[in-house]
Amino acid sequence: MTFSNSLELLSFHWVAYTIYAFMIISIVAWFGYNLGRKEKVKSIVRIPFYGYMAFLVMAGVGHHIFTYNAIPWVSQDITRHDVKPDAEYDIEVADHKWKTPKLPIVVQCGQKVMFNVYSKDLTYGFGLFRQDGTMVLQMQVDPGHKNDILWTFNHNGDFDLTSTEYSGPAQYDEEGNDLMLIKHFMKVVGCEKGGEK
Amino acid sequence: MSIKERLINGTDFDPDSLSALQKVTLRAVVMSFLFYGLVAAEGMIMRMVETGKEVAPIPKMFFHPDHFFAIMTAHPIVGIFGSTYQLVFAAFMFLVPYLTKKPLYSIKLANYVWLLITVGTALAWFAAFAWHYAPLYTLYWPLPVDTKQFSEIGGIVFIIGVALIMLGTFGFIYNIYATIFARVGVHKDKTTKELLISGFGIDGMLNLVNKLRGKPPYSKEPALALPVVAIFRGTVDTFLDAVVILGAGILVLVYLIADVSGANWDMHAIDALLYKNWFWWGLDLVADGLVLIYVAGSWYLLATLITGQKLFMENVARAALMLELLVSWMVWSHHLLSDQPQPEMMKLISGEMVTAFELLTQGLALFITLVTLWKARPLKMTMELKYLLGGLVGFGLAVPAGIIQADMGLNRVLHNTQWIIGAHVHIAIIVGLYMTLYSALYVLWPLVTNNTKLYSHKLSNLHFWLHLIGGIGMGAFMGMAGLDGMLRRHLYVHGEFNPLMIFAAICGTMLLAAWAIFLYNIVMSVGIKGLLGIFKPAKDPSATYGLDEELEPADDPAFAK
Repeated sequence: MTFSNSLELLSFHWVAYTIYAFMIISIVAWFGYNLGRKEKVKSIVRIPFYGYMAFLVMAGVGHHIFTYNAIPWVSQDITRHDVKPDAEYDIEVADHKWKTPKLPIVVQCGQKVMFNVYSKDLTYGFGLFRQDGTMVLQMQVDPGHKNDILWTFNHNGDFDLTSTEYSGPAQYDEEGNDLMLIKHFMKVVGCEKGGEK
Repeated sequence: MSIKERLINGTDFDPDSLSALQKVTLRAVVMSFLFYGLVAAEGMIMRMVETGKEVAPIPKMFFHPDHFFAIMTAHPIVGIFGSTYQLVFAAFMFLVPYLTKKPLYSIKLANYVWLLITVGTALAWFAAFAWHYAPLYTLYWPLPVDTKQFSEIGGIVFIIGVALIMLGTFGFIYNIYATIFARVGVHKDKTTKELLISGFGIDGMLNLVNKLRGKPPYSKEPALALPVVAIFRGTVDTFLDAVVILGAGILVLVYLIADVSGANWDMHAIDALLYKNWFWWGLDLVADGLVLIYVAGSWYLLATLITGQKLFMENVARAALMLELLVSWMVWSHHLLSDQPQPEMMKLISGEMVTAFELLTQGLALFITLVTLWKARPLKMTMELKYLLGGLVGFGLAVPAGIIQADMGLNRVLHNTQWIIGAHVHIAIIVGLYMTLYSALYVLWPLVTNNTKLYSHKLSNLHFWLHLIGGIGMGAFMGMAGLDGMLRRHLYVHGEFNPLMIFAAICGTMLLAAWAIFLYNIVMSVGIKGLLGIFKPAKDPSATYGLDEELEPADDPAFAK
């Protein structure tokens, strides 16, 4: 199982967590109901204590093992300094304004793209969003540090850029409109309809 | 009795019958719930703004970024410190003397604690209200000293407010440890070493080791009751957290004063990432150390008080509190998984692996509490039991949500979204923590009010359901909006994430209504006269509760007189 973009991952996450949420609410509700009953209730399953502990350890650690294998950007992120990107873009931000290469940035499907973002004053965020508002990726932009992210785009798209970290009210105009939002910041082209070449 | 008479006189509450310990507890509780109302109103304003100008029936000024982010800055300060800290500190300064059968070290200091936190919270709130000082609670360097955006005076007032809160916190810590370590009453013959071993849960761990080796237990009767161990242990984190926040405050204050005096200090002399690590190490102790440990201790206490039985697997629970000591100090990096300059090993070990252990420690606390209740069935479904179960649901939802986002893959698309603040933080605090605290409140109510009759059981029930459904609902809809890309520290003025934000606002309204109903029920129980009487000096200066017999003479000079 591999997630080729954030939409697939977040849909899976939505379903899995919703099932879990209903499960834990139901368990405690069932528990509460039976706490008050006079007749002894038979346990549906008997879970040994050490089995429960082992389950928690497996859930905690296994979750990371699963995501490492199923989410491609995890290993790519860890090894990004050893990978030669297909394209590299330097972006600066200062005084709530981006200084970008010529826009829109056009990326071919499947290309490994490195974004190097530098802040000259405050902590910002670097986030790409689809036209429906869903997030593609984000990272923090710490001033005085190199903030780099390597990403492989597997689906066509038209992405906006904005800061994902609060850097003061100067990010907005008097009406509350986001001044750091760059519409149609980048485009990914050349992918098949279902994603990838 | 007419409603008006009831409102003035309450049911049968007599503030003159209260001891100094009871009064100081109730004073902090009153302030806590007033701040809770303020924070709920602030939360509702922000929720309404997010539904958009076209929908929200609120004045346009709230959509202004200065105003919106000033509220967002004040909101957690009022909520966490003004309300939660006050309530927790009040409960613990009552419970430690009650459980150890010793007097509280100092009633005077306890009074300073609630006063300092109240004044400090009010000052921080005022700085946001009057000067729109809005660096948010995260205070990411160098934003708090960015005087191009914020007024220096506003910043100085804000930091003084936070510093007063931290001084109050130090007062609480001193009072708790001075009480625990006092060699008086049942602890007259205990050494500091014995109390320390028990306080850190080491006796529980040694008992387990001895059991595995077939030896007799290290300690059959531990020096400190388990809830006191949790308070002891959680207070270590409270101290470290206060040191870090106060340290950050001093740094900001020094820069702001330099700016006012005309000196132009280089903001970048402080490394933003190093500061972030240091700040999150301290701040995370509130969430992952203090809250989880205090909550586990509260669950154990509530389970034993509700059932009247011993806690299931007490030695394991003690040892787990010891384990949590190591875990809570090493998990802060999960807040920096999206910071690319942060070393990968720190992300992996601290951010992911050690953080995952919180699933184990909190899962264990949940298990022990549930089994203790289960073994004592049938139980009457009292208000305290209902709220306790609600608290278990809250953490049952919020802790796994936190573990999920503390992952390098998922954090890339969840960091700083409404998922974090909704599905994780708000459900943990509003449902998990507050429902646990409400349970403690219903347990302690007869003790701190001398068996005052509650005005209405129906209103208590209504409060419970509105709070539970509103809390889970609001967190869930915020979480769903987060999965759709909605950021948490961002201003949306056109209802971009409706209808989810409308649903979240409806649930938020339920929370606000729940608070109003709870407050009405309490005021009708104690009456306005009684409420004012709480703040008058106590006729009975006693700093203990439930001790009929004389305390044995103390070795401790502080208590000798």
